[in-house]
Amino acid sequence: MIRVVLPAHLRTIAHVDGEVTLEVDGEITQRSVLDALEASYPMLRGTIRDQSTLKRRAFVRFFACQEDLSHEPPDTPLPAPVATGTEPFLVVGAMAGG
Amino acid sequence: MSGVRVLVGTRKGAFVLTSDGARKQWDVSGPHFAGWETYHVKGSPAAPERIYASQSSGWFGQLIQRSDDGGKTWEQQGSKFEYDGVPGTHQWYDGTPHPWEFARVWHLEPSLTDPDTVYAGVEDAALFRSVDGGQQWEELSGLRDHETGSSWQPGAGGMCLHSIILDPSNPDRIFVAISAAGVFRSDDAGKSWRPVTRGLKSDGIPDPEAHVGHCVHRIAQHPSRPDVLFMQKHWDVMRSDNAGESWEEISGDLPTDFGFPIDVHAHEPDTVYVVPITSDSLHYPPEGKLRVYRSRTGGNEWEALTNGLPQSNCYVNVLRDAMAVDSLDSCGIYFGTTGGQVYASSDAGDNWSPIVRDLPGVLSVEVQTLP
Repeated sequence: MIRVVLPAHLRTIAHVDGEVTLEVDGEITQRSVLDALEASYPMLRGTIRDQSTLKRRAFVRFFACQEDLSHEPPDTPLPAPVATGTEPFLVVGAMAGG
Repeated sequence: MSGVRVLVGTRKGAFVLTSDGARKQWDVSGPHFAGWETYHVKGSPAAPERIYASQSSGWFGQLIQRSDDGGKTWEQQGSKFEYDGVPGTHQWYDGTPHPWEFARVWHLEPSLTDPDTVYAGVEDAALFRSVDGGQQWEELSGLRDHETGSSWQPGAGGMCLHSIILDPSNPDRIFVAISAAGVFRSDDAGKSWRPVTRGLKSDGIPDPEAHVGHCVHRIAQHPSRPDVLFMQKHWDVMRSDNAGESWEEISGDLPTDFGFPIDVHAHEPDTVYVVPITSDSLHYPPEGKLRVYRSRTGGNEWEALTNGLPQSNCYVNVLRDAMAVDSLDSCGIYFGTTGGQVYASSDAGDNWSPIVRDLPGVLSVEVQTLP
């Protein structure tokens, strides 16, 4: 079970409180987690990554295990504690603007 | 009893203001989409309980919302706005080629006859259409593919397609306006387009009378006289009597002819409203006095409407999509300010009062007249 923490605005859009949990098949990567997230919550398509190119939106960041994973290639395996559900995968709205 | 529903888009969400026909007591609901920029909210003329809203965020992108109960509840629709084919480039501010990039939906224009059909004007300038209530969007790419497209440049607010007029007498005719390209007209339901800008003059562009490159801020039409268009340009208030084929200036005795919105009285096609703004570098009313100007002669002769509006120390702006009229017997006029006020007049502009004073900065105002 993969745990994902969404920023407040996206929790509102997805109609969820607190963490989201996902079943993810295969290797646990940014891409596979986001694919599973968007499959379960299609209203989030386009809010985290571009719907066509699947590139991360500029002001969205990915953190896990106290690391900034935003610039990792999308198919790089996520840290083991994320894959085991010990630690969440954090989707964060960058601190910018007002 | 008849009533009105005012749809307000702001920098931090949408608000729905409702009143009976007297337009004295108002119910305010919102913020809907709290914290998100809501560039535009507009109801379907064919099914007034259906309302479309453009919700966007610099962080999380574009969403489209739809209500089927007059704005009480909302359901998220599709938001995949993908340019048709290889988008190519337009000109950037410095004159270099810049790839077309979708930023947001500025304006939603529901069909006059089909509640499921709605048009979206977007930045970077393009026109999209949905025929399934907002779930899927297809670009009408004949506009962006016009031979001048690669020369279009953004205005200070971005290269936005902000005005869409669907001709009520001719379902094949559509007008759009783009900052800073100009006005374009289609006579084949959006397949092909041509600029209709003859008579516009813009100092500050290489050829002041060029076909494209004009920073048109807003166009308006009265449905009973669809060949007559009014325009608030960056500078100049303009009028066309031939569906945009040619334009003449009607700024007349306005204190300044810079501004953003323009609208037409619901029952008097020659009664026009503008909100003069000091200049392109001073986006607030002259002398700190918020004045709507009305012409009852189709332009050139203007009167200041001030009763109930602040006449000192007022330094707000009124943005291009932030004025609307209702169609009750005594025409109501509404506008919103960047300071968060929404003002209403139930007597065609003679007297004004604020419906709300402290909303986030207002981006758009639309009104529905309800049976």
